[in-house]
Amino acid sequence: MKNLICIVCPKGCHLSVDENNDFAVTGNSCKRGETYGKMEVKDPHRIVTSTVAVSGSSYVRCPVKTDRTIPKGLMFEAMRTLDRITIPAPIKPGQIIVSRICNTDANFVATRDIT
Amino acid sequence: MNGTANTYDLIVIGAGPAGLAAAVEAWNRGLKKILIVERAKEAGGILMQCIHNGFGLHYFKEELTGPEYAERFITMVDKTGIEIKLDTMVLDITSRKQVHMVNTKDGYQILEAKTIVLAMGCRERTRGAIGIPGTRPAGIYTAGTAQRLLNIEGYMPGTRILILGSGDIGLIMARRLTLEGAKVLACVELLPFSGGLTRNIVQCLNDFDIPLYLSHTITEIKGDKRVTGAVVMQLDGSRKPVPGTEMEFDCDTILLSVGLIPENELTKKADIRMDPRTKGAIVYENRETSVPGIFACGNAVHVHDLVDFVTEEGQLAGAGAAAYVQAGTKDGQTVELINGNDVGYTVPQHVRPEQMGDSTGIYFRVKSVHKEPCFISIKSGTAEIARLKRDHMAPGEMERISLTRDQLQNTTGKVSVSIEEGGTK
Repeated sequence: MKNLICIVCPKGCHLSVDENNDFAVTGNSCKRGETYGKMEVKDPHRIVTSTVAVSGSSYVRCPVKTDRTIPKGLMFEAMRTLDRITIPAPIKPGQIIVSRICNTDANFVATRDIT
Repeated sequence: MNGTANTYDLIVIGAGPAGLAAAVEAWNRGLKKILIVERAKEAGGILMQCIHNGFGLHYFKEELTGPEYAERFITMVDKTGIEIKLDTMVLDITSRKQVHMVNTKDGYQILEAKTIVLAMGCRERTRGAIGIPGTRPAGIYTAGTAQRLLNIEGYMPGTRILILGSGDIGLIMARRLTLEGAKVLACVELLPFSGGLTRNIVQCLNDFDIPLYLSHTITEIKGDKRVTGAVVMQLDGSRKPVPGTEMEFDCDTILLSVGLIPENELTKKADIRMDPRTKGAIVYENRETSVPGIFACGNAVHVHDLVDFVTEEGQLAGAGAAAYVQAGTKDGQTVELINGNDVGYTVPQHVRPEQMGDSTGIYFRVKSVHKEPCFISIKSGTAEIARLKRDHMAPGEMERISLTRDQLQNTTGKVSVSIEEGGTK
């Protein structure tokens, strides 16, 4: 049994999810809470945001995000792919910085314009 | 009114989300001589260092990062003829709508405007504001300063980190620093509940097993040149440390996320009436202040949790400024909104039913956590004019209700907003 707080709305229901019973959710007060609880225990995913080093600009870092969610367990490994790279300016929002992070379908993309 | 050829229709002070939205809205409603003055080197305000996602769910119906949200409004401004002065500090404004400013290119300038929108945002409370005992070593930062160091300048503020306060910026930084390899030891909150959004507690603390100590505070900071540790103690009901509950943390850095204060030095210089509850200007439904033609919006008026509502407020102020230039202010009845049970403040504080349009949004915060269903009761004297149910309310989540002109028009001049517990009605 896993206990978690639902983040679907501000109410913050305390959910219990039973991994041994097809991820049955209790403590939720709506259907969306059930979906969240199931997904969160079965296969939690997150968007990861960070920054990457920049050269040739007055800016030294460019903010980036994963363009889709990645498995929660890969967050630290994903962060490491940004450690030793430097991207030359100019950078456009949406520009791919690291493609197919840790063999997922997600890419790190720039989230701002760097001139 | 001022009327020289160089007079701006509108000068907006601050190019954060509030100021950008105000300028774009005023432009769309017909004002053509608009200037935005910004002290930083680029527009976007604090959003530029808020690289995490979760912005824009209400306004754009998608999750954006801070820079992406800002970029959308900067692009809108770029498509208009709105002027923008960056790297320019406003030193003074007068109630006659003269704006004194200085930068390295134009030197000292006094520009006149028919209307002004104040959108200076807010600043963080510091160690001095909360009076923590102990020595004064390096390694103590406000959460927003640490955020700027890490996300913009590219420096790690420390390796073993203790966070005081559970405001959203502190929570966001707990996750950010952890992902960058720091050890965040704990988040310590004075109150028995967190001031942050639930999703931040879950995704920034729980995801990384960072403990949150409620009803605790830092009672001592150790270290000579650099922070070497801190003592945390539990607090009793009257917020006094309980002897025997000392926990010592071996940390080199302390982040403070202990609240934000609207920035209003300029507002006070223009003799605008202030609200001691919000620490911002007292505003009408269109965000006009007590000085006709000067408007205020965003975190300079009251601290918001969500940028979407800052945008909404900026648009109200921009629309108000446009209407003022085009039609002037009309006199009329004013309704004052007052705190009822468990309500900390309301914005706007004053409403003019004859000028408000069909309905107006009222923002407010409750003072305590309500876990059981309760009601928002709007009363004029003893007569209830509106009653709304909420399943849950907390001080960390700003409430927004909407009142119609009909509801407000036949009131006694004072309307209260209060919270009533449970029951079925």
